Amino acid sequence: MITGSTIIFYLLAALTLTCALLSVSTRQIFRAAIYLLFSLIGIAGIYFWLQYEFIAAVQIVVYVGGIVVLIIFSIFLTQQAGEKLAKQKLDRKIFSALAVFCGFALTMLQVYQHNFNNAATTSAPTVADIGRKMLNVDQEGYALPFEVISMLLLAAMVGCIVIALRSKPETK
Amino acid sequence: MPNATIIALIPLLPLAGFILLGLFGRKIFKTSSGVIGTALLLTSTILALYTAYDYFFVYGKVAGVYQQFIPMKLTWLEFSPGVSIDMGLTVDSISVMMLVVVTFISLMVHIYSLGYMKGEERFPTYYAYLGLFTFSMLGLVLASNIFQIYIFWELVGVSSFLLIGYYYNKPSAVAACKKAFIVTRFADLGFLIGILILSNSAGTLDFNTMISTLTSPDSDAVKNAAATSFLGASALTWGAALVFIGGAGKSAMFPLHIWLPDAMEGPTPVSALIHAATMVVAGVYLVARLFPVFALTTPAVLEIVGWVGAVSAIIAAIIACTQTDIKRVLAYSTMSQIGYMMFALGVSHYGGEAGLGYTASLFHLFTHAMFKALLFLGAGAVIHYIHSNDMKDMGGLRKYLPITHITFLIACLAIAGVPPFAGFFSKEEILLAAYQNNMTIYWIALITSGLTAFYMFRLYFSIFWNKPHVVHGEKHGPAASVKTSEGKEGGFVMMLPLVLLAIGAAAAGFIPFGEFVSTDGKALESHFHLQFSIAPVALGLAGIFTAMWLYKKQNNKPEKLAASFNGLYKAAYHKFYIDEIYLFITKKVLFNLIGRPAAWFDRNVVDGLVNFSGNATEFVSEKIKKMQSGKVQQYAIYFLGGVIVLAAVFIYIWK
Amino acid sequence: MMNPGLYHILFLSAALFFIGVYGFLTRRNLITMLMSIELILNSVNLNFIAFNKYVWPEKMDGLFFTLFIIAIAAAEAAVAIAIIINLYRSHQSIDVENAEDLKY
Repeated sequence: MITGSTIIFYLLAALTLTCALLSVSTRQIFRAAIYLLFSLIGIAGIYFWLQYEFIAAVQIVVYVGGIVVLIIFSIFLTQQAGEKLAKQKLDRKIFSALAVFCGFALTMLQVYQHNFNNAATTSAPTVADIGRKMLNVDQEGYALPFEVISMLLLAAMVGCIVIALRSKPETK
Repeated sequence: MPNATIIALIPLLPLAGFILLGLFGRKIFKTSSGVIGTALLLTSTILALYTAYDYFFVYGKVAGVYQQFIPMKLTWLEFSPGVSIDMGLTVDSISVMMLVVVTFISLMVHIYSLGYMKGEERFPTYYAYLGLFTFSMLGLVLASNIFQIYIFWELVGVSSFLLIGYYYNKPSAVAACKKAFIVTRFADLGFLIGILILSNSAGTLDFNTMISTLTSPDSDAVKNAAATSFLGASALTWGAALVFIGGAGKSAMFPLHIWLPDAMEGPTPVSALIHAATMVVAGVYLVARLFPVFALTTPAVLEIVGWVGAVSAIIAAIIACTQTDIKRVLAYSTMSQIGYMMFALGVSHYGGEAGLGYTASLFHLFTHAMFKALLFLGAGAVIHYIHSNDMKDMGGLRKYLPITHITFLIACLAIAGVPPFAGFFSKEEILLAAYQNNMTIYWIALITSGLTAFYMFRLYFSIFWNKPHVVHGEKHGPAASVKTSEGKEGGFVMMLPLVLLAIGAAAAGFIPFGEFVSTDGKALESHFHLQFSIAPVALGLAGIFTAMWLYKKQNNKPEKLAASFNGLYKAAYHKFYIDEIYLFITKKVLFNLIGRPAAWFDRNVVDGLVNFSGNATEFVSEKIKKMQSGKVQQYAIYFLGGVIVLAAVFIYIWK
Repeated sequence: MMNPGLYHILFLSAALFFIGVYGFLTRRNLITMLMSIELILNSVNLNFIAFNKYVWPEKMDGLFFTLFIIAIAAAEAAVAIAIIINLYRSHQSIDVENAEDLKY
């Protein structure tokens, strides 16, 4: 039975994988960034399809709106216009493809041999549930990791500033 | 009861001097260090004299027997209950006697050195070393635990090493200090093994417990130890013999004496203190301390002690007759006199009248300390004046050095055993003890006493009579200031100790020593046998007159005499080739048979292994270093490949 | 079998993961390597969400893991780009083949 939902899933999956493949194979870095962008959007679509709307929104906001933009800025900072990416050696490509193929085959063999207990019901959490759990200080709550993550972000911010803004008379 | 604080202060004051002068001497007390060291030691001496008075005349004697007191004992290192290394203070008649001897002689040397060592560059260091030595020696004397005595034993060895090598830029002094250290160290190894055997048998390291356990014949310890035998001798015999080897090494007994003559490379006052009066008698003191064990449990070892002492005494006396370096003559004389003390212990028995040898030995130790220190200090004054050690450069000095002359003469008379000087009394007792117990040793001792008189007066006449002297330009120490002392004796500080010691050497014999020191603490009547004294005194006088006849005026009689005794003279002049034998054994035998194979093994096998591992590492790393390419992605591929392989292995092979 | 379920999403995420690994291994430019890493992280997120939905729908742990991974990925990207820019300043290049100062 082919339903609309199925078609949408396959379309999204195809978009994601195609863009991902193009992103890692194109020789123009700016295009690579754009393909990455679409690949991420495809993943966000999968989240929507799975009815995890909050995660999908976060995915779009953080990845598409944040990280990809950051990457594009750094491309502007470090790349000369119109320059193509350097080619990798062929033997490196072959070995990498071989290793990746083996790994993929191994993983998929394992996945298909394993029988997951599929739950009977499928219910998606609401944003209210997520918020309540996120700030819950009970045993089940995630208040402590939340705070730790905020510390991590602070540290990352300080680290970025220290690394990137270092005055460099010694390199001149 | 003895006052622990006062007794503990006696060794601790010199230690304080050592620390003070050793740390700050070169900066702060550049000139005052001698006075500081002397003042501290003067305090020590006064305390020691007070202790002696207190012990011998106030509290020491209980019911006619001198008791032993242990006023202080700190457990320092406990191995198991009962077996511990303690730091204690022993107060009994011999330790108190030794306290007086050590502090007094050390004080004399301190005072004397103020003049003798004046202007030396390392003057504060010298006094620091003297303080260290005095501390160690006093600690040795007061030890209440056999391991404590061992610790201080090594400390005196170290300070002796430092003082012999005081002129460290003089190669012969450096060689001498190494020789002294190695030879005594070698003997100390025996001592250490002996300690372990004895303490294992007795189950304790404490002197008193050890002695009481080992001397009761029906105790389990003695029975077990007697049952354990090695090479035909029981464990206890071996233990006691090994302890005696330690003592023989420190006391320069034949054949471990070779370091003592070389030790004369040190400053002369040091020779007087360490290599005449105090450290070298540590061996005698050790045997005396363990005397009950030697006498009651292992008489065979005591027999060995006696023979070693007698042989050392006569050999040293013969060698002394031929030497021309005045300090070496005195060194051999020291060895000979310590031989006397040793065989006196060897012929002694425990308790009552039969313990005469023990008393005599320690009496001789006491008087010998006086007159031998005096001889060395007198020789030092001569050397100070004439800038040479060699008898051939001396002569006719009696007019220039009147005080030295008189005091030196007193010391010579004392050591020759002429009545009424100190040596006469102690030597008579030793001879009497030998006469009562072992006639062979008695005859050896008698001949030795004649030889002693001869070589001492040979020395005396060569220095103070005979031909006129030659003055050498250089001083006794290489770093000495050039201050010519031609025409005058050393100052007051050098003459005062000579006079004080001369009084001691003249009068010490009148102390009724047997009343204070005996094997069992009971007073021992010393009998004076007029007939018995005739032989030694006559021999002594004969020696003196022979020396006078040969050496009073410059003549060729000594050469003729030497020529007529050609072989013996040569052998004695070369110290009976004992040094050469040692050299032969070490160089030819040890180096060739053990050293060379060991060196070959080291060079080829040990080094080979080391080099092989180094080369192999280098070879392999050269081959595989390309893996460390610095290329991140290459690493990532290795990593991924490794993960996949491991995962496959764990999933499919090791399920 | 045509109905998309857990296995399909797992296939998708595994494929995405190994595409990312392939990119990480073959790209010489540091920024494109960083992009590959983002792909890898996303494949992991997808896995967490899929397991959460199909195996333990009553729980939300997979969801929170995803959230935290996204946060950490943001921080990581920021730090990585700071490092890349610093490297560019010192080497005038962000090619990993040139950044091999730490070789033997």
